[in-house]
Amino acid sequence: MKLATHTFDAVIVGGGGAGLRASLEMAASGLKVAVISKVFPTRSHTVSAQGGVNAALGNVDGPDDWRWHMYDTVMGSDFLGDQDAIEYMCKYAPETIYELEHMGLPFSRLDDGKIYQRAFGGQTRDFGGELAHRTCCAADRTGHAMLHTLYQKNIEAKTQFYNEWFAIDLVKAKDGIAGVIAMNIENGEVVFLKSRATILATGGAGRIFQSTTNAHICTGDGFGMALRAGLPLQDMEFWQFHPTGIYGAGVLITEGSRGEGGYLINKDGERYMERYAPHLKDLSCRDVVARSSMMEIREGRGVGPKGEYVLLKLDHLGEDVINKRLPGIRDLAITFAGVDPLKDPIPVVPTCHYIMGGIPTNKFAQVLTLSADGKDQLVEGLYAAGECACVSVHGANRLGANSLLDIVVFGRAAGLHVQQSVREGLSFREPSESDLEAAMARLNRWNTQEQGESVEVIRSELQKVMQEDFGVFRDADAMQKGFKKLEALQQRLKHAAIKDKSLCFNTMRVEALELDNLMETALATAFLANNRTESRGAHARFDYPDRDDKHWLKHSVYFGDGRITYRSINMLPLEVKAIELQAREH
Amino acid sequence: MRFSIYRYNPEKDQKPYMQEYDIDVKKYNCHMVLDALMAIKNFMDETLTFRRSCREGVCGSDGMNMNGKNGLACTTHLSTLKEPIVLRPLPGLPVVRDLIVDMSQFYEQYDKVKPYLQNDKPAPAKERLQSPEERAKLDGLYECILCACCSTACPSFWWNPDKYIGPAGLLQAYRFIVDSRDTATETRLADLADPFSVFRCRGIMNCTDVCPKGLNPAKAISEIKLEMLEHTV
Repeated sequence: MKLATHTFDAVIVGGGGAGLRASLEMAASGLKVAVISKVFPTRSHTVSAQGGVNAALGNVDGPDDWRWHMYDTVMGSDFLGDQDAIEYMCKYAPETIYELEHMGLPFSRLDDGKIYQRAFGGQTRDFGGELAHRTCCAADRTGHAMLHTLYQKNIEAKTQFYNEWFAIDLVKAKDGIAGVIAMNIENGEVVFLKSRATILATGGAGRIFQSTTNAHICTGDGFGMALRAGLPLQDMEFWQFHPTGIYGAGVLITEGSRGEGGYLINKDGERYMERYAPHLKDLSCRDVVARSSMMEIREGRGVGPKGEYVLLKLDHLGEDVINKRLPGIRDLAITFAGVDPLKDPIPVVPTCHYIMGGIPTNKFAQVLTLSADGKDQLVEGLYAAGECACVSVHGANRLGANSLLDIVVFGRAAGLHVQQSVREGLSFREPSESDLEAAMARLNRWNTQEQGESVEVIRSELQKVMQEDFGVFRDADAMQKGFKKLEALQQRLKHAAIKDKSLCFNTMRVEALELDNLMETALATAFLANNRTESRGAHARFDYPDRDDKHWLKHSVYFGDGRITYRSINMLPLEVKAIELQAREH
Repeated sequence: MRFSIYRYNPEKDQKPYMQEYDIDVKKYNCHMVLDALMAIKNFMDETLTFRRSCREGVCGSDGMNMNGKNGLACTTHLSTLKEPIVLRPLPGLPVVRDLIVDMSQFYEQYDKVKPYLQNDKPAPAKERLQSPEERAKLDGLYECILCACCSTACPSFWWNPDKYIGPAGLLQAYRFIVDSRDTATETRLADLADPFSVFRCRGIMNCTDVCPKGLNPAKAISEIKLEMLEHTV
């Protein structure tokens, strides 16, 4: 097999916030770096993030403390988060935000010229006290502002981009990861990108569900690549359902709308979060609010002809606040729900939004696997950052506005660590001919299979199973049925086919390759969700309604062959005392 | 609902042609043009090719020409369009396949304006201060999604895509010119002071008319010209 080889010190897969922050960190270092992205970078899903990014700057209500931010994040994670990583993220948050401001990110401002900060879910002062204003934002377009700023700085840094290239698979070598096989979508050209370090920054996979806030491109490409390379995924049972996706369309309405004073009501006009969570009410953690909304709907207090949604009320905020702080969601509500929030409440429903789990890494973004005796083992040459990684800073439930923070803190950490490793002699790994062939296998299959079911048939059935059997509330019966359906779909996928075999911008081939990744992600979710017999964070089971620290205070780890094992949770922050296990009060 | 869609696959077709599709938009629950395109691709013709990502009007992937006007397929309601709905690629850029255009020239013009903050003073330990009034000047500018609807609706850009920056690039040029934190205003204005970069704008206003985000590149361009006068470039 003849395959063109392009050689780099570092190859980053993914042009969203994590990938672009990593590339920027390395651009000035003299390393030869490439970013490959299946869409032009500013089309990545970071662009859709709205509400903001957390950092204890203390610009609004007096001095803030990153330790309070850390406490909230650990509590929000329902103690599944790793405290060393959470400490690192919260401590470096202010510095990371100031860097972004210096890069030109157009943050909203306070009268004194400092960065405006709004309230957000689960953010408190003084270890669980009053609501904190910790979320820096650019109106309700923070992700857009961040992604464009990072892309712009990468233009200045002359980063090399492979735009509209699709990563097929990692190339394994005996002693680690040698690089990645990628395809130029525009002409079908296939290349081996060989690198000292490969950084996965491939984002999430919300498209395994029927209804999601995620872009069409969020198909778990990094998850599929990791599993097929024999590497594990961690905590994939923890999917966040955002309380306010627009009913029907799935489009996100930021939690910032509640941070600015909006609230949820049921069909009787009752502000029901006061009943479920008297302290933080509508600004409780997302898992709590999403479950409360689902309970309202299940118990017949939903709104609409079928009682399938609840309402987000904003009109009392007034025109000034809405137009100044929430202009984007006003547009979205008008376009996708046909209501103007200046006058009418928005129909919303909990909607799949984010995967807390992912490729296990340490706080330097180095990917981990487990050795035969169950010990953490570094995968040489491989890093992961952002939503595709599980550091784990989000544990069982992510706090709003911690994801934009995650991508910049750990994108930067990955960039820093790769530089250091290369300085210390990180070399290339040589794949064998059969290693390269293995990474080409699934592309070859789609190219040669002539007859079979279509991508859409299998994809839509997969999404239906996940939606019905692995949603906000779970139980063994539904999950086991769903699991069987998924296994059958997995078999059918092996014989699915695309009719269009052309080389020129063949988006059908891309969708087929993405479907492989959706399937891997869905199976990982199903295996681990079935397996975890407790309720923690976003994983809520009717049949096991309580958190069970005795048996389940641990990360689940899943390998593609169905093996499940566990890793312990890090409770050893460097500078502060560990936050002790306690119940989450609402 | 009837669609007439521009088709061209350079591997198979001698020249482009229009293909008709009839789809039951109710059955497939289609509200937007993008929904209909996806229904056609999923259920009728998998070879139909277009870009899409966020499906909510913020990523800028699915700019196209719908019944003669540029816009985003994902935020354009089918109910606002007369049948047959005619879909073509954005005008003036080379077609790669079907509704996909080669956007290289568009991006090159964007890169030319150095669309990144430049500040020659050392960065402070915390944020650079900016008053809400100074920040408000960036509203209507920074929200650009690089969909290219404006530049490809501009006859001046059609004529000189290599020399005229075009409305999208100029909107971003102005975004940095007015940013109180940027210290490169003089150079930015000087870089634009040739006969083409800005001055090929003839005030046709197509850009502002089509912008799916409601931005006003034409105004930004006239502001740049005013700044040039004030700085006597």
